[in-house]
Amino acid sequence: MAMLEVNNVTMQFGGLKALSNVDFRVEEGEIVALIGPNGAGKTTLFNLLTGIYRPTEGTIEFSGTSLVGKKAHRICTMGVARTFQNIRLFANMTTLENVMVARHTRTRSTPLMSVLGTRAFRREEEHTVDEARKWLRFVGLEGKANELAMNLPYGEQRKLEIARALATEPKLILLDEPAAGMNPQETASLTKLIGKIREAGITVLLIEHDMKVVMGIADRVSVLDFGEKIAEGKPEEIQRDPKVIEAYLGSGAEALMAEG
Amino acid sequence: MSVELGIVAQQFVNGLTLGGMYALLALGYTLVYGILLMINFAHAEMFMFGAYVGLFTLQGLSQIPFFTSSGPALLLLYVLTFLIAMVATGILGVVIERFAYRPLRHAPRLAPLISAIGVSLFLQNAALLWISSRSLPFPVLFEVRTFNIGGASISSMQIMIISVTILLMLVLDNFVSRTRLGKSMRATSQDRDTAGLMGIDINRVIALTFFIGPALGAAAGIFSGMYYGNIKYNMGFIPGIKSFTAAVIGGIGNLRGAMLGGFLLGLLESLAAAYISTGYKDVIAFVILIIVLIFKPGGLLGESVAEKV
Amino acid sequence: MGAIKNALRAVNDFFSTRVGRIVFFFALAAITLFMPVFFQAAGNAFMVRIFALVGIYVLLALGLNIIVGSAGLLNLGYMAFYAVGAYAGMNLGFLMQEILARSGAFGESAEHLSYWVLLPFAAIPGVIAGIFIGAPVLRLRGDYLAIVTLGFGEIVRIAITNDIFGLTNGASGLPGVGQTVAPAAGQQWVRENLSFGNFMFSKDLFWYYVILLLVLFTIFVITRLDNSRLGRAWVAMREDEVAAASVGVNILSTKLWAFALGAAWGGIAGHTYAYWVGFVSPESFNFMESVLIVCMVVLGGMGSIPGVILGAVIITAAPEIIRAVAASPALSGLLTPEQAAAVGDYRFLIFGGLMVVMMALRPQGFLPSKRRARELQPVDETVLAQENQQLWEAEHKHDSDSDII
Repeated sequence: MAMLEVNNVTMQFGGLKALSNVDFRVEEGEIVALIGPNGAGKTTLFNLLTGIYRPTEGTIEFSGTSLVGKKAHRICTMGVARTFQNIRLFANMTTLENVMVARHTRTRSTPLMSVLGTRAFRREEEHTVDEARKWLRFVGLEGKANELAMNLPYGEQRKLEIARALATEPKLILLDEPAAGMNPQETASLTKLIGKIREAGITVLLIEHDMKVVMGIADRVSVLDFGEKIAEGKPEEIQRDPKVIEAYLGSGAEALMAEG
Repeated sequence: MSVELGIVAQQFVNGLTLGGMYALLALGYTLVYGILLMINFAHAEMFMFGAYVGLFTLQGLSQIPFFTSSGPALLLLYVLTFLIAMVATGILGVVIERFAYRPLRHAPRLAPLISAIGVSLFLQNAALLWISSRSLPFPVLFEVRTFNIGGASISSMQIMIISVTILLMLVLDNFVSRTRLGKSMRATSQDRDTAGLMGIDINRVIALTFFIGPALGAAAGIFSGMYYGNIKYNMGFIPGIKSFTAAVIGGIGNLRGAMLGGFLLGLLESLAAAYISTGYKDVIAFVILIIVLIFKPGGLLGESVAEKV
Repeated sequence: MGAIKNALRAVNDFFSTRVGRIVFFFALAAITLFMPVFFQAAGNAFMVRIFALVGIYVLLALGLNIIVGSAGLLNLGYMAFYAVGAYAGMNLGFLMQEILARSGAFGESAEHLSYWVLLPFAAIPGVIAGIFIGAPVLRLRGDYLAIVTLGFGEIVRIAITNDIFGLTNGASGLPGVGQTVAPAAGQQWVRENLSFGNFMFSKDLFWYYVILLLVLFTIFVITRLDNSRLGRAWVAMREDEVAAASVGVNILSTKLWAFALGAAWGGIAGHTYAYWVGFVSPESFNFMESVLIVCMVVLGGMGSIPGVILGAVIITAAPEIIRAVAASPALSGLLTPEQAAAVGDYRFLIFGGLMVVMMALRPQGFLPSKRRARELQPVDETVLAQENQQLWEAEHKHDSDSDII
């Protein structure tokens, strides 16, 4: 049984079919990339996986348990974390606080304990801070712990979002275009980071447009176009797949490529 | 058996009268919500303002002997009163939008609501302090006749209110569906930015919305004054909430929904008042509001704002 | 004009220094602790009552601030919790008196303990009301939620006026005929033991200190909560609900906590008010009162404890003080007594106008917390706001399981 199983999923918004009969699988320990032209439905799929939307049809199972109809925070507790295409940090909180919030689901202090200031509460608070610092170190942001999130440079904001997602102790992390807007150095550093995440035992599913990242790190690639999965396989195979080329460059390009 | 029927028929007529006023007021809420996604908390005060302007106009004009000289002249007096009050209130609505809401168009959603509460407070207390804290009598200058139909007694006033409110609604409905301005209003409420890109002057459309809504509210206010015989600075509060409920029942943002919701609420309330203790009459509307918002927030006719992906 | 600005800046700078802050703190402590005593000694019972009344409103404003400021939910029916606390407190007190009278236990003066004994429980009716009202409606969008809370506030008021369950005696209020409110324990003691000469430790003065203790306790609790797992969840939720949910924050439960805690404070304030004034009737709990508290929070500074307190103080005390001052012979030149009296009536007019102006110019309020000031600065967040809106719409369209806690 795969860690994540998406079966025959369709997502319809009124008259618009964002996803049609998509079958999709992620095995534990893999790094899978989801690619496709803009509007193909990739982020919609992520939103389905994290409980923001509910599929019109189809099933989604994580470690054997259905995700359909579950609320976003429940899915997070089950072990699925994500980052967003347009960075959604808690802008007015510090870097450290952003990650501390993510410990919410793995901590249990009640408000009563906080008011009474019990030892258990204080211990858990310390642990929360320690864990948050640990994940900041993991992504290389420990020096910026007390900076306001909105004051971080763009590349570091993306890393912070990843640290925040990691702090929820996920088994599967969904990265939505983590390399968007990054320069080559930042991209290389990000690729290394994704490798580190895999080594930490976390399965990775990422949406990406940057082929260097995809080629460099992904075990498998799935391609969506107009809401349908049109290809799947190893990165090198996908690169040569005529359907994929056509999707990105339009028909006729395939002939061009064959010629040239 | 016929007594029962008589009571039901009576409440039916009462309900339609009440419902007509609720519907007119509800249209204001739904128009503004459709375009700005905002609950105009101050709309209830348009009801009140219109009633007061109507009262003073009526009192003023009736001093002129011509207007009370004959039936048609009296009719003209009333038409003028309505027109003047509706226009004045419409202008007030536009002014309020310009100064209290427009600066907040990109602010978090609670900001215009709080501002609207402030406007409502201000207007109510302005009336309280500068006009009167007591209720003022609203004179009826014509003879009201009652007809007895099958055990129900219907007054000519009720007939007039029901017919004029339906007329106003038909006018609005046609305006919105047939005229160019009406179409731009619908376009703006569906997708503001695209409408702007298509060359529609958004500010003008919004101003128009804030003219029509309050104008209709003013008409409802005058009807209320005529029907109940008096007006007061806080007369808008409860009817306002009830009309908002009506708008929600019909589907907020949907014009026909507001009309339907208004009449429905009026009927429900009249029937309830006949059979349940009158002390709790006002609670009906609140309870319905809460139930509808929890279980079917789209109301009966659903949201008219298209879903965006 | 420039001179005034410079003077204000100088004052601000002074109070920002270490010395300045200590001075400020001591001045504040002195005023809150001793001013009422001075007024009482000077024979000015009116001002003592004002201090106590301000205290009650500070409690209410702090309570509402938990809901509005921390969780960002607008509640227009806060009076419902206040009313529930007041009426429950009274009825439970009557019950207690009856039980004590019947059983003859603890002697005569035991009934004077009813305020104190019931105080810890005063929060409970509020919390129950908060959960009852909150649970079904917290899914709703902010502005709908506001209207629904208004509806609930009115329902509670109407129910009270109609003597629901026979517990409220309708518009005549409580205590009814044949019922008495037992003066709280300690009231008698301080009057006898702490009065000397012309100075009487009056009932109002006693209650002022009780209320002051409650306010300090409230500030303590709220500060602790803000620096806890729940407090962080509140801030995250305010910043970005979707992102907060994605990192495991149970949005509904977090909102419900804010609602219940805010309601608890309403209950405590109501209970205290009932035993202080000794009389409650539905008029004290109408919509205007709810709006007044909202004004205090909004104008003072949402989410900021000093701001909210300032808002409560100004809005409650200023009209009364202006009225009293203007009526005094010393300033008879400035305002006639009629004008002074009218100032109180202009209160709502001014606050209404102020709210409009504030939202446009300074939505974070007079004394905002630093964080809130940043959050509410008019930055053009339309893209993010729209995305938020769409995702949120989508989330609301679907059924979800109801694991609240």
